[in-house]
Amino acid sequence: MAVTVDIPPPLREQAGGNLKVTTSGNTVHEVLDDLIKQHPALGPKLFDNGRLRPHVNVLVNDEDIRYLDDLGTDVADGNVVALIPAVAGG
Amino acid sequence: MPDYSLGLKCKLCGKLYPKSPINFCTEDFGPLEVTYDYAAIKQAVSRDKITARPRGMWRYREFLPIDGEPAVGPQVGGTPLIKADRLAKELGVQKLWIKNDAVNFPTLSFKDRVVSVALSKAVEFGFKTVGCASTGNLANSVAAQAAQAGLEAYIFVPADLEKAKILGTSVYGANVVGVTGTYDEVNRLCTQVAFKYNWGFVNINLRPFYAEGSKTMGYEIAEDLGWRVPQHVVVPMAGGSLVGKIHKAFHELYDTGLIDTPVTTKMYGAQATGCNPITDCVKSNRDRHKPVRKPNTICKSLAIGDPADGIFSSKLIKESGGWAEDVGDDEIVECMLLLARTEGVFAETAGGTTLAVARKLIEQGRIPRDEEIVLCVTGNGLKTQDCVAEAVERHAVIKPSLEEFVELYAGAPQREAVLV
Repeated sequence: MAVTVDIPPPLREQAGGNLKVTTSGNTVHEVLDDLIKQHPALGPKLFDNGRLRPHVNVLVNDEDIRYLDDLGTDVADGNVVALIPAVAGG
Repeated sequence: MPDYSLGLKCKLCGKLYPKSPINFCTEDFGPLEVTYDYAAIKQAVSRDKITARPRGMWRYREFLPIDGEPAVGPQVGGTPLIKADRLAKELGVQKLWIKNDAVNFPTLSFKDRVVSVALSKAVEFGFKTVGCASTGNLANSVAAQAAQAGLEAYIFVPADLEKAKILGTSVYGANVVGVTGTYDEVNRLCTQVAFKYNWGFVNINLRPFYAEGSKTMGYEIAEDLGWRVPQHVVVPMAGGSLVGKIHKAFHELYDTGLIDTPVTTKMYGAQATGCNPITDCVKSNRDRHKPVRKPNTICKSLAIGDPADGIFSSKLIKESGGWAEDVGDDEIVECMLLLARTEGVFAETAGGTTLAVARKLIEQGRIPRDEEIVLCVTGNGLKTQDCVAEAVERHAVIKPSLEEFVELYAGAPQREAVLV
């Protein structure tokens, strides 16, 4: 299954300069694992001791995964996963 | 005047960054905060020097992260600290003040402070277009101050916002974009827009500078109390930044010798029960707030379900020895009226929330009745009139005849009876 991951500017250097990366997987976790397999430098940016860093928000088709099933959220062919820094607003 | 700020520092890992329009650490996405040369500030400031300057937030210029004089909003701040004796009597406390930012200039909320810093910095960085995600007050202030500075403004708001707040933004010529979603969705969209267009978003890529403007509310409270800090401060929370910045301001005053006694102020946070991620985090003793997907309260200015400073504000509140509470919409309205009818201050829903929470904390015994309490009112009731419209008695209409008035007066309940 092809799932596109949108890479925000601060992570593009670790993603080989790409704005988008095509991945495969059935859940958000699998998608991120595949992303990190393709671009290992992203690993420590997104995860800390196996846990998603608290200030990284992950969205599937514009919905925050914390309101879905977190990293276990299902993804389907053609879905877009976006990584967004959480420190904004107020 | 020199710029006493040194750079930006990640609040999580401590990594340093130069002064630039960025708001998070590229290592761990943690928030960035401005650092200062406090030793140099201590040399540069004195009570006499500050009080000789015009009343307003920029008399504390040394503590604000800009280079030179403020390009935007030089007259912001300097709002009254009101000794609230009639309200104190109602609440059964002895010493109570209201810091009244409902009369801030130019747009009647504390957001004028943060925007003045953010847009001064935006001009410094050379941005021509600025923007924000807003629950209303920030929208008003960015629009007004961008107009003053001659900057193009794009303002993103939840589409269901109070009409007065949308009108109070459009009137300044800003490009207003209503987004069908919650504030958090608007905010996330703005983060993406900021990346794509490289605009100066005050509460995104200018956020570290913007947030520092809130500190001036704390400096003013201390100065107006006679260069000392109160024992308890109750603050409304949306993104959760203000409560920490007031506390930081008190500490900076002590560290630079402007106040004599170490800070032991307890900080209290107020939210509406229909959107209470931070108060819930404090009360449930969680490490991290649980976001609220669909905020449901009349208090829209505090309706941020996923507050950027949720983690930090809950920690600070607990460390200061304070607490956090939330209240329902009925209590919010009731306390808007109570504040108006005891002190002549018409605060917006967030002000009603703050007072209702203060009352709750006093009744719980968390805030002692004989100690000094300051309530922070951050916005103006004229912007949220619909919320109190039904709770206010209909006014009488009579012919221009003395007889009719005499009859009306004879049948009217005594004012005291209405109040107590």
